[in-house]
Amino acid sequence: MGNLRGKYAIVGIGETKSGKLPGVSTLALHTEAVKRAMDDAGLRPDEIDGMLDNQPLHDPFRNYSIVVAHALGISPTYSTDLALGGATPVQMAQHAAMAIDAGLATAVACVHARNSASLHLLPKNGVGCTRAYHGGVRDGADDFEDPFGLMAGPGTHAFLASRHMHDFGTTSEDLGQIAVSARRHANLNRSATMYAKPLTIEDHQRSRFISEPLRLLDCSLVSDGGGAFIVVSAERAKDLKKKPVYIHGMGNHQPFSSLNDAESLTTLGGKVSSDMAYRMAGLGPKDMDFAELYDCFTITTLITLEDYGFCPKGEGGRWIQGGRIEIGGELPVNTHGGLLSHAHLEGVAHITEAVKQLRGGEVEPERQVADAKVGIVSGHGGYASTHTTIILSNEQA
Amino acid sequence: MDASSETGYRKPLPEMEPEEKPFWESLRQHRMKIQHCEDCGKWCFLPRTMCPHCLSTKLEWKPVSGRGRIFATTTQHHPPSPAFAQDVPYNISLVELDEGVRMITNVIGCPVESIKIGMAVNVVYDDVTEDVTLAKFRPAGV
Repeated sequence: MGNLRGKYAIVGIGETKSGKLPGVSTLALHTEAVKRAMDDAGLRPDEIDGMLDNQPLHDPFRNYSIVVAHALGISPTYSTDLALGGATPVQMAQHAAMAIDAGLATAVACVHARNSASLHLLPKNGVGCTRAYHGGVRDGADDFEDPFGLMAGPGTHAFLASRHMHDFGTTSEDLGQIAVSARRHANLNRSATMYAKPLTIEDHQRSRFISEPLRLLDCSLVSDGGGAFIVVSAERAKDLKKKPVYIHGMGNHQPFSSLNDAESLTTLGGKVSSDMAYRMAGLGPKDMDFAELYDCFTITTLITLEDYGFCPKGEGGRWIQGGRIEIGGELPVNTHGGLLSHAHLEGVAHITEAVKQLRGGEVEPERQVADAKVGIVSGHGGYASTHTTIILSNEQA
Repeated sequence: MDASSETGYRKPLPEMEPEEKPFWESLRQHRMKIQHCEDCGKWCFLPRTMCPHCLSTKLEWKPVSGRGRIFATTTQHHPPSPAFAQDVPYNISLVELDEGVRMITNVIGCPVESIKIGMAVNVVYDDVTEDVTLAKFRPAGV
């Protein structure tokens, strides 16, 4: 089995505005993000021959990767829609590297975009992820969930939080610290939805319960916006415009299909997925200069920190205190503000942010991780059932 | 299946794939049955045509105790759809049956604040429409 460590690189990134963007179509967001990524890399459409997208369930389309490709004058030899929910953007980076390694393409554009916020998909008085939001596509075990009013991410993730609190004594204030740290980073990021909106633990504790023990401020945003990145071989990367960011490790794990089947609610796919990625990279948690960890809910970040080996299982609630996961701390996490406070772009902005941190000089100086060389990025989706990991570095070996 | 307009029940109802039907029928008869693999001896839930542990197709529908314990729980304060707006705050729990399988359900018949992980619960049958009965649970001894 080949080890792809350092053989493939992200060479271009593109982001649209994010937040609420009424009057912009799903396709327009996709094409804008990819165009920006091509411009960033200095690649023309005829030099791109791969296209991957995150199946747009909110605005259902079949074979969407072809629609996006041809709207950009790209005639792909490799393209498909991927669908692991919030684990998809990280998965796209892996599939891009695999496709190039297999000789199916030489430059793969990977894109995620949604206009969920302005399409008003959420039912009145409702929260996301219902079947209506997914364009009628079933998710998990709907027949055994929906009739009981378990129809959205907050409920399933509240199960995880309830169990973590029960087993390890984690508190709502512990989870609040994750929201506060994410907000501090967003307050340094002019493109974040929550820029200039400070948040304290007291604010978190005053916010209403959505799915107890999860409060409103444990939940991520609902956003319009998109992001894209382009993957090529390390060879091809050498004569492009920007400093390459190499993929050193990749991992995946989907440990169950619905919560009925989950062996554990406090160890998720991130354990096996990160082990795979560390092994490929020949690195461990101590080597990471920062982490961009999927944060649909605060509990997701907490469990991922533990599953990734940054602290022992169950100790996350204590470990994150005192600025440890903030810029200047031991492990800055979600340096852009994450899904909680930047924008909910299903994790594609976790990747573009990691690339910016590793190139250096592309973010506000106050939130640049000093001497960043290696970072880890996680994706998480389904009903906590899907997980993906990549390790990125600005050094090839 | 669409919510029945006749009864006015507006919450989501199961679509009932063919392999699920014996489960729903057992609930309608107020005698919950779960699949048991005659080859490897494990209980299987969700309903399937093949045992996910050993791939045997010898799955027998057998009555279960209806007793279990709460494995994880949440109080839903914000309705996930307008159909649940009248119900908030309501409980959703993952209950582990004595047979070892887990199912998502509502724990009812007690104040939501009193519902805790580890609590012993017993099945109660909620005939929500003429055709559909849901397995809900209430604290043992209530």
